Amino acid sequence: MKEYQTITEISGPLVFVETDEPVGYDDIVEIELSDGETRRGQVLESASDYVAIQVFEGTEGIDRDASVRFLGETMKMPVTEDLLGRVMDGTGQPIDGGPEIVPDERRDIVGEAINPYSREYPEEFIQTGVSAIDGMNTLVRGQKLPIFSASGLPHNDLALQIARQATVPEEEEGDDDEGSEFAVIFGAMGITAEEANEFMDDFERTGALERSVVFMNLADDPAVERTITPRLALTTAEYLAFEKDYHVLVILTDMTNYCEALREIGAAREEVPGRRGYPGYMYTDLAQLYERAGRIEGREGSVTQLPILTMPGDDDTHPIPDLTGYITEGQIYIDRDLNSQGIQPPINVLPSLSRLMDDGIGEGLTRADHADVKDQIFAAYAEGEDLRDLVNIVGREALSELDNKYLDFADRFEEEFVDQGTDTARSIDETLELGWDLLSMLPKDALNRIDEDLIEEHYREDETAETVEAEA
Amino acid sequence: MSQATDTDVREDGIIESVSGPVVTARDLDARMNDVVYVGSEGLMGEVIEIEGNITTIQVYEETSGVSPGEPVEGTGSPLSVDLGPGMLDAIYDGVQRPLDVLEEKMGSAFLDRGVDAPGIDLEKTWEFTPEVEEGDEVEAGDIVGTVPETPSIDHKVMVPPDSEGGEVVAIESGNFNVEETVVELDSGEEIQMHQEWPVRQQRPTVEKETPTEPLISGQRVLDGLFPIAKGGTAAIPGPFGSGKTVTQHQLAKWADADIVVYVGCGERGNEMTEVIEDFPELEDPTTGNALMDRTCLIANTSNMPVAARESCVYTGITIAEYFRDMGYDVALMADSTSRWAEAMREISSRLEEMPGEEGYPAYLSARLSEFYERAGYFENINGTEGSVSVIGAVSPPGGDFSEPVTQNTLRIVKTFWALDADLAERRHFPSINWNESYSLYRDQLDPWFEENVRADWPETRQWAIDTLDEEAELQEIVQLVGKDALPEDQQLTLEIARYLREAWLQQNAFHDVDTFCEPEKTYRIMDAAKTYNDAAFEALDAGVPVEEITDIDAAPRLNRIGVQEDWDEYIDELEDDIESQLRELY
Repeated sequence: MKEYQTITEISGPLVFVETDEPVGYDDIVEIELSDGETRRGQVLESASDYVAIQVFEGTEGIDRDASVRFLGETMKMPVTEDLLGRVMDGTGQPIDGGPEIVPDERRDIVGEAINPYSREYPEEFIQTGVSAIDGMNTLVRGQKLPIFSASGLPHNDLALQIARQATVPEEEEGDDDEGSEFAVIFGAMGITAEEANEFMDDFERTGALERSVVFMNLADDPAVERTITPRLALTTAEYLAFEKDYHVLVILTDMTNYCEALREIGAAREEVPGRRGYPGYMYTDLAQLYERAGRIEGREGSVTQLPILTMPGDDDTHPIPDLTGYITEGQIYIDRDLNSQGIQPPINVLPSLSRLMDDGIGEGLTRADHADVKDQIFAAYAEGEDLRDLVNIVGREALSELDNKYLDFADRFEEEFVDQGTDTARSIDETLELGWDLLSMLPKDALNRIDEDLIEEHYREDETAETVEAEA
Repeated sequence: MSQATDTDVREDGIIESVSGPVVTARDLDARMNDVVYVGSEGLMGEVIEIEGNITTIQVYEETSGVSPGEPVEGTGSPLSVDLGPGMLDAIYDGVQRPLDVLEEKMGSAFLDRGVDAPGIDLEKTWEFTPEVEEGDEVEAGDIVGTVPETPSIDHKVMVPPDSEGGEVVAIESGNFNVEETVVELDSGEEIQMHQEWPVRQQRPTVEKETPTEPLISGQRVLDGLFPIAKGGTAAIPGPFGSGKTVTQHQLAKWADADIVVYVGCGERGNEMTEVIEDFPELEDPTTGNALMDRTCLIANTSNMPVAARESCVYTGITIAEYFRDMGYDVALMADSTSRWAEAMREISSRLEEMPGEEGYPAYLSARLSEFYERAGYFENINGTEGSVSVIGAVSPPGGDFSEPVTQNTLRIVKTFWALDADLAERRHFPSINWNESYSLYRDQLDPWFEENVRADWPETRQWAIDTLDEEAELQEIVQLVGKDALPEDQQLTLEIARYLREAWLQQNAFHDVDTFCEPEKTYRIMDAAKTYNDAAFEALDAGVPVEEITDIDAAPRLNRIGVQEDWDEYIDELEDDIESQLRELY
């Protein structure tokens, strides 16, 4: 291993070194400072006589005399089942004081694309116990469903609630296949120590830690490190899912910090920036993370992703949520208005979407009436939402009886269906029955999205009578 | 992708630098756009710039671990596709490597590097039936025989477009693999089923003609309001979640083209898997055979190397043109062209080219128009007529249609299906906005609809458009004063328009019956709404209050027509009921 003391330029997170031997692109580098401290980095550009290195731990304190060693391999993650229950920093070094990790295998963290031909289409329903998700925007195994949130909103509570409550109905029935256990991988990028504590406390309190692997890059850790944290998390997830048959739920928070780190590196390299200064390859880069979710034919396990991102200025046209939305299979919106009304979790179902829902629900998966009930609730709630604007101008009296019912429906939908608190887990049956309770406020012939047989089976005749009486 | 043969000239170079998908090499003797093999693993790449002694290459595979000093090998030929029987029912990556073969060769579900595979099976034998006899004169492009490629499609074996032609001296029927000679000409030329063609070059034709036949999509809003012609171009722009991909899938499933080439360009892996799993099980509505028998899939998911994403649309359209040369109507779906444009931007920025608008290269507009111009209804060089229709999805950032890719696309395409996030939010699918969308083919396709569906198709459609327009205007007033403040006739119009939206424009892609709607049914639903309209206004004129008219039992049944299998009888009965129930009111 050749050592160089030929640093020619240090700029932001980048170090340029003159070399006389070829160095592989993406290879890992160790930089030893004069005081003996060692930092790690990665080759960003390799030419025949110089190399550009991005230093994970920051370039502070590096001088021209620092010696640079090229390890001749790309970044690897040591993986083993024993990682469950462990807490690591953002570069994969254990920080929980536990025993040394003896890896089964060392895996390249960049990861290779799953051959679309080898994938299995995800259609197994995951019951999160959250009605607004299970009923309206169903999550399935192997999906990537981000939470679109913003500063000051309780996205972490929702993520924790899902991590705590997520089950697959077959597990409940007790006929679970051997070995397909549930594991949570938590990749934190640039979150505050307080947020980190919140997660860790919850993991410890609920005993979830023993089936979790935690990667922590905190707000005061080097930003560049954030670019590898999710890759370590996903490499571990793929190993557990596709080698050890776990159903892995990966929570990545906060993707916004990850993208900021990308921008920082792009700017330091003087690249031509894309929208709002983010690099032009951000779509590709994000896709390389998000696409590492899925199922593979012939393997038991699955990787499901739940990335969290905070939209700067609550703006979903900002490049980060925008590019994310184009890659992921839907999104869950956390809504500021609902939050200030005290609705927990404050999920706005209208702009939320689960693209894999249609194949994951229905007879044999959830319930035969699920799709129709969902469509009808969406239509009725959208109608009620529209009418709210109008009612502000003309008042309730000016509206027809049916319109008033839609308004009531929208209110009750938020208060009863969405608002369930962070500790309640509802089964899909409970969620759908609740849906029928609400839909029965509307007259039968307004339920135009539901099959007539299903209306006969589930519609609550007395419910309408009650509301009519109440109004009378 | 074609493998270079041993006869090719090989001029080796040495890697000078590596930065992501862009590699520069020294001393490489190659032409622009030549395919080269990079590094000791032999990663496939394409020459994109030559400056002095330095050649710049975009590499179609991951470059991690590649270092300067490793060799670069030229092949002397540009990026080409393998053409011949065996392309239907196949699924390729962006450079035409069959994904099932790659899985087998790599022995893994993950895509490894440096593995190459020909685009068509070179070993498999096909049953060749001659169409010409010994002594016949043939020219470039002429069909010399057929091969039953799938139950739906007869593959036509053609004289290569660059051949001199001549007299057939030997031809026989029998089973051959694609590399065996099936025809010999007096010039000594031997013709095989296997051809190659450079992807960035349009295959020659005689003439581009004006398209007059619609590409029936089975989607009411498209066939009814915004039809596309066979040989036409269409763009589907929309923000994420508005249903671009579902619309593209619907078109790929139900469009009445002979051949469908579906290019998944930089999209989701799971979505491609859905196509791979669904299509073999679905039935082609025209032939009754498996849908996969007429489909060629190109899947370059968003996490596959960016350079291959740049080339995948060219791979797709070249395959489409090859089937067009056989006289087939081909429909190409590209989802999404924005990802292709972004791949261009990414490569361009690595080359440090001067950026145009929003960082896109200045040649964005030229590349887009070049691509869409390869669509059309053509007279082929062998005298047959064939078409390539191109339907490109566009993913504008933030749903803002003023961005460069959408704008440059709209300047070229003649059909615009605007997807609308508001409609999607209220689960109005397909969420195609009927006020913003347009089709410039409407007039030239009307004669076809008049002849093949109903003579009053254009008039009835105009009535529907007028009603929907009027609704849009009235809605603005309703937003201010409420519906009840409108005069009765306007309230009635709103009600009719609502049925047009719910019963006619909305269509459930996931319902077994509703997912495909033949033109006749499209007409009948529209006409049923008009029947209600006419009878209702008669009743209104006779003094019946609007509430009573809108309250009749029969009206809500309009919304159930879509899911009826026996729609013809259902509509007959419904129209009678509507008329009789309204007549009872006065």
